[in-house]
Amino acid sequence: MKLITAIIKPFRLDDVRNALSEVGVNGMTVTEVKGFGRQRGHTELYRGAEYVVDFLPKSKVEVAVSDDLVERVIEAITAAARTGKVGDGKIFVTDLHQSLRIRTGETGDSAL
Amino acid sequence: MINSGDTAWLLSATALVLFMTLPGLALFYGGLVRSRNVLSVLMQCFAIAAVVSIVWVLVGYSLAFGDGGSAQAWIGGLGKALLAGITADSVTGTVPESVFSMFQLTFAIITPALVVGAFAERMRFAAMLVFSTLWLLVVYLPVAHWVWGGGWLAQMKFLDFAGGSVVHINAGVAALVAALVIGNRRGFPSQAMTPHNLPATVTGAGMLWVGWFGFNAGSALAANGPAGMAMLATHTAAAAGCVAWMAQEWLRFGKPSVLGIVTGMVAGLGTITPASGYVGPGGALVIGLLAGTVCFWATQFIKRRLAIDDSLDVFPVHGVGGMMGTVLTGVFGAAALGGIGHPDGRSIAAQVGVQIIGTVATVVWSGGMTWLLLKATALVCELRVTAEEENEGLDLVLHEERGYNITS
Repeated sequence: MKLITAIIKPFRLDDVRNALSEVGVNGMTVTEVKGFGRQRGHTELYRGAEYVVDFLPKSKVEVAVSDDLVERVIEAITAAARTGKVGDGKIFVTDLHQSLRIRTGETGDSAL
Repeated sequence: MINSGDTAWLLSATALVLFMTLPGLALFYGGLVRSRNVLSVLMQCFAIAAVVSIVWVLVGYSLAFGDGGSAQAWIGGLGKALLAGITADSVTGTVPESVFSMFQLTFAIITPALVVGAFAERMRFAAMLVFSTLWLLVVYLPVAHWVWGGGWLAQMKFLDFAGGSVVHINAGVAALVAALVIGNRRGFPSQAMTPHNLPATVTGAGMLWVGWFGFNAGSALAANGPAGMAMLATHTAAAAGCVAWMAQEWLRFGKPSVLGIVTGMVAGLGTITPASGYVGPGGALVIGLLAGTVCFWATQFIKRRLAIDDSLDVFPVHGVGGMMGTVLTGVFGAAALGGIGHPDGRSIAAQVGVQIIGTVATVVWSGGMTWLLLKATALVCELRVTAEEENEGLDLVLHEERGYNITS
């Protein structure tokens, strides 16, 4: 099992959600985060003083998937989230050691 | 003789002016601070309204508007303490005395409330209560008496229609002194401390614009021509202030901001306040344009050039605006410039001279006494929260409350 974490531009969230649904992934966790990589922030003016705001709002999408789905999920997220402009985000894949469905107690792939 | 039209208007004006503080000013200021301090500002406004109201009934009205006997030039007496002798049938001019007293109370409330903008985000609540109460007694009441209660400035025919000196210079100068005594916020000016809720600030600004009709037109103490003219002048100055400030920002920074336009509005309104019942719409237009321009530059000077953390810009807007408007009353109140004409047929120069005397007296009294009162308050309690408390935010530290619980 793998945990796929995707940091994307917030306005691509709906497209990513739909793309995941199409490859058979219907559960996910979304958090609103902020951050930056190579994308520059913006400036805000307050009473004549300019302040640089480095952090940009992003959405973090986490999905737990079985190993056989990983490649398709990465492709789906990438296609849905890409705009071609700097700041599109990143995808990280980490090993998932355990998973459990709280209601039934199922573990492993059947918990995903 | 009670005139029901005058009374009805003054009853309404009283409500409008209280509305300016609660929630007008509360929202205006509340939106400008960081979210961790929003409740502290709202609390300060509400607490001041409540405490000042009680002090007013006990001694405030009497000291401001009562007969001071041999001291009448400086302060009223205690003959009307606890509003003694005032019944439903008592009359002031053409309105019930209860209504006149209430109307004046709303001015006594908003003036110390304006000052909180100077020490926002760092002053202790207890110290603020002690200071504001003392300030009302020592600064506001005497000046109100000098100008409106038959004191020495009134006797000199110093013109202040609705509070350029009593409210705006008083509050503005006190704010500057308070900012200097209490010190800058930690991180000022390098750290960004931007408004957390400008929609709230703009909402408050709208309430201030509308409420100001009660403030200025209500000061005619009658439902008549001068009240109408005061409303017209007030509105014109507000609009001109908006446009002038917006233009300054656009030219200087490249983009007009919403905070700028509402501040320009306040500048225009504060500056026209002393002149509102004496000038014509043309004079009001010029006054408003000057307000939006001069107060803009004053704000830059205090905040950026001198790096004084008068956090919500009380001095450059109300202080500078109030001083300018008080002096310009001597100019545009003249019949030749569309005004109603000066008392005793005085020349512009003569009246301006009187206006300057009143301005200087107010600046000196408010500045000096504010400094003393802060020092006195510091003897009984800490004025400022600790550095850690300031970082955590006053809402949690002083009130154990959170302004927004959006996630739950």
